[in-house]
Amino acid sequence: PNFSLRLSARWHTSFRPTGGREQGVAKVEEYTLPAYFDRRENPLPDVCYVQNLSPEQKSLKEKEIGSWAALSNEEKIALYRISFKQSFAEMNQGSSEWKSVVGGMMFLIGFTGLVVLWQRKYVYGPVPHTFDAEYKAKELQRTLDMRMNPVEGFASKWDYENKQWKK
Amino acid sequence: MSLQKPMMRGLLAKRLRFHLPIAFGLSFLAAIAFKYTVTEPRKQAYADFYKQYDAVKEFNAMREAGVFESVRPSGE
Repeated sequence: PNFSLRLSARWHTSFRPTGGREQGVAKVEEYTLPAYFDRRENPLPDVCYVQNLSPEQKSLKEKEIGSWAALSNEEKIALYRISFKQSFAEMNQGSSEWKSVVGGMMFLIGFTGLVVLWQRKYVYGPVPHTFDAEYKAKELQRTLDMRMNPVEGFASKWDYENKQWKK
Repeated sequence: MSLQKPMMRGLLAKRLRFHLPIAFGLSFLAAIAFKYTVTEPRKQAYADFYKQYDAVKEFNAMREAGVFESVRPSGE
């Protein structure tokens, strides 16, 4: 009985509301709050762009509560810019970044080519004996003897009567 | 300053109405082109090959060349 009382007391103390006065409460990190971002596929972000309104922006927001026909065009644009950072036209415009990307790609592929050449010279050992010209000639003769792919493929290109390649 | 209200609905339908016939048309064209440039010549090539094919003669030629393991060339 005494034992179980102690355990339940430990569970309950961490959920006791403290009003933020005690040391155990975590500070709210900025990255955990809803964020604003301009994306085409998410047209209405979770928060407005401008969080802390200046006094004239605050009075504009008050005016917005009334009839919208009373707002001038500049005021409408100002209200838009409070809620959004970039318009769709601005966020969708292309840039010249692709030129840097393609240039970087070509440079790195070229560098890789140099690395491969160095490897061939200094890293790899000799090729197997099956690559000798004599061995390859014997392989070729055997391939033709076996009549490999005689209809449309390899052996169809060899003239067996005259023992030469077909013209 | 008032702009015209932009198209709000039917964007996917409009795109599909334009692109689907083109997609199907090009696919059919590709299939027809493949049939008449690849498969028909290939069928003809096989037919022509087997018209003049003497299996026994080919077998003996291969045997003399020594590629078989079950029959050795007639000389040995």
